[in-house]
Amino acid sequence: MSALREGERPMEACVEVRGLRFTYPDGREALRGIDLTVAPGEKVALVGPNGAGKSTLLLILAGLLHGEGEVRLFGEPLDDRNVKRMRSRIGLVFQDPDDQLFSPTVFDDVAYGPLYAGLPEEEVNRRVAWALSQMGLEGFAERLSHHLSVGEKKRVAVATVLSMRPEVLLLDEPTSGLDPRARRRLIGLLAELPQTMLVATHDMRLVAELLPRTVVLDGGRVVADGPTAEILSDEHLLEAHGLERP
Amino acid sequence: MHIHALDSYCPGTSPVHRLDPRVKLLLTGLFILTAALLPEREWGAFGVMEGLVLLTTLLSRVGLLRVQRRSAVALPFALAAVTAVFATPGRVLWTVPFLGGTLSITESGVVRFLSILARSYLSIQAAVLLAATTPFPDLLWGMRALRLPRPLVAIVGFLYRYLFVLADEARRMLQAREARSAAPDGRGGGTVAWRARVTGSMAGILFLRSYERSERIYMAMLARGYDGTVRTLSPPSLRPTDWIVGALVGGVLGLILLWGRM
Amino acid sequence: MLFSTLHPAPILMHIPDGFLSPMVALVGWVIAAVGVGLALWRSREALGERQIPLMGVLAAFIFAAQMLNFTVAGGTSGHLIGGALAAILLGPWAGILTMTTVVAVQAILFQDGGLLVMGANITNMAIVACLVGYGVYRGVRLLAGERRWGLLAGGFAAAWTSVVVAAVACAVELGFSGTSPIGIALPAMAGVHALIGIGEGLITLGALALISVARPDLVEMGRAKAAGGFRWTLVGLAVALALTLLSPLASPYPDGLERVAENLGFIEAAQEAPYTVIPDYTFPGLSNEALATIAAGVVGTIIVFGLAVGLASLYRRRRAAEA
Repeated sequence: MSALREGERPMEACVEVRGLRFTYPDGREALRGIDLTVAPGEKVALVGPNGAGKSTLLLILAGLLHGEGEVRLFGEPLDDRNVKRMRSRIGLVFQDPDDQLFSPTVFDDVAYGPLYAGLPEEEVNRRVAWALSQMGLEGFAERLSHHLSVGEKKRVAVATVLSMRPEVLLLDEPTSGLDPRARRRLIGLLAELPQTMLVATHDMRLVAELLPRTVVLDGGRVVADGPTAEILSDEHLLEAHGLERP
Repeated sequence: MHIHALDSYCPGTSPVHRLDPRVKLLLTGLFILTAALLPEREWGAFGVMEGLVLLTTLLSRVGLLRVQRRSAVALPFALAAVTAVFATPGRVLWTVPFLGGTLSITESGVVRFLSILARSYLSIQAAVLLAATTPFPDLLWGMRALRLPRPLVAIVGFLYRYLFVLADEARRMLQAREARSAAPDGRGGGTVAWRARVTGSMAGILFLRSYERSERIYMAMLARGYDGTVRTLSPPSLRPTDWIVGALVGGVLGLILLWGRM
Repeated sequence: MLFSTLHPAPILMHIPDGFLSPMVALVGWVIAAVGVGLALWRSREALGERQIPLMGVLAAFIFAAQMLNFTVAGGTSGHLIGGALAAILLGPWAGILTMTTVVAVQAILFQDGGLLVMGANITNMAIVACLVGYGVYRGVRLLAGERRWGLLAGGFAAAWTSVVVAAVACAVELGFSGTSPIGIALPAMAGVHALIGIGEGLITLGALALISVARPDLVEMGRAKAAGGFRWTLVGLAVALALTLLSPLASPYPDGLERVAENLGFIEAAQEAPYTVIPDYTFPGLSNEALATIAAGVVGTIIVFGLAVGLASLYRRRRAAEA
């Protein structure tokens, strides 16, 4: 899969990470040299035990944490000057929708990204309507965020990012805490989205159904990277890194 | 039982619900100001104002009883004014023996006490109606439109959003404590001081969780382009009905005040 | 049952509309506007763009923390008000801002406290409570140096004082409004809140103890946000002193309390108002007038306290029946 030789990089890889390291202020090493390339249109699962560094990697890709090493997004090295522009092309959905949905109403939350991107008001309204319909949330605009079910909150959280029309979606545990029906609904909706995706998850059925490529992280390193079918059939690998088959 | 019970909004489509939040905020403020400016013993004016509140309540269809029940929350405070009954100079109505001496209740004292109660009860009914017929997010943009500092309104918005999340966490902590305490009514063990300190520890844990949450929220805001400014869509313009109702009710309140102060 | 324990507990200090004269309400708004304006500006300087999410979530924390209660005795329970805790953890300006939004939302959403008198409630529970609480805290910490008891004792003293002084401010406002003579309102409010303040102090202490172990950096957050420790102690003292000086003036009917005292037979002849700042009696030995004032105050406190307990138990029973 990642059989890329030097000088043969795909044109404009969405995400390209070389030798990425990150240490938290308390001294905990979260990432110890990550190499990862994601091509446009790819849908990649990021799996591994708790503390493997999945969420940290997503935060760095969204420009919210600064690691050491090389991070290139859409061919440009990520730096302080282009970070705001990059964030509009890369949408990060946090694990806890109560962190993601910080406005009183669904409308305010979905409109937040477009509004801060400086779009005119009619365009903001159009984007909100479109993003809500993408997630099957027509008629939810005036609802209060704290009145939503967990499943609805998770879908609204994705809509808040879709309204920015990002090219890449970074999803952190999109199905955690959902009952089977809400989970099915969400997977169905995610399957319809054309964006490049990097999904950190423990949900191996989600991985099997939605994401053709899987990257296994453990201890801050990439320990496997390949087609999902291959990785999920490698029992030794799964067991060694605390994963289970779907 | 759910934490949503905290929300005092009562959904509906009545004319009162549909009135522009800016107009509602202004009229509520004007109503309370009128009650405060009316002199004592203007029972007629107080009566007309009560009529206005009851009429609005009927129009809003949130239920007379519901409004009255919620309005009762201010009553315990009335005892702060009880002393006015025997501390205001005036014609003595009754003398009551008390601790070897006597307390004399004066006519002007009683009038003062009842006027305070009337003003207070009128005001709180208006405030209850405002909260029951206006979703809080609408009040927020109403406040912004009325030129309150935008960062302050934004902070109030966050408070409102996370009040429910954190109140839920507080509820879970209380449940966990109750599940572990032996006494059936939650009396728990230990001294009062010990119980207070344990409550303090719970508050400490809640603080740490809240603080960490605020950091994650800040990141979620940055991820969507937050730059330290407060941006919102411009509010819709007032409909003719809003102007008419605002002017009409405002005018009536002005007349009541004029009548009361003449 | 749990519903009643979770409902935002009514706080005795939330003045409803109607209890303050328009003039006092206006003064309250002026003080609140100046204080909150300063707090907005200073906390913005200290926190930058984090100001809004941090203040908003921590205001929600104070709100939720007020729901954590503990059983005192006879079915009554104590809970946090939070002014001192907010000021200690966040610094006085951010503390004022969080408490202001808490007071505002309590009034708007739950009608706990009035709208026209909100300025006065913000003055008492946000500005006075935070400034005095923080002043006391910094004072104790200066005395204690780096020792741990400074944090705990400072937290307790700050919380107790903030509650009592805020209650005094409330009494002064009621006095100026002619709602309750200052001679009764002041000892009654101060007396009741001297007890409530103990609970406040213990909860604050418990919270600080836990946070200082788990995240010592956060306890010092407020300190980093407000340099000049001694200055804050002076500010706190100045606020408390201003209230003390105001309280003797706080009555449109200066003879109200005197009348009560007279009726009760505590005073034979009261020629002068007993409210002078330095009463013209000579040390040692109090004059009859001063004694009479104190006695009347005590009587007033007993009446008000008795009524308060009675009403509170009625209220609680109804709540329990509803739930």
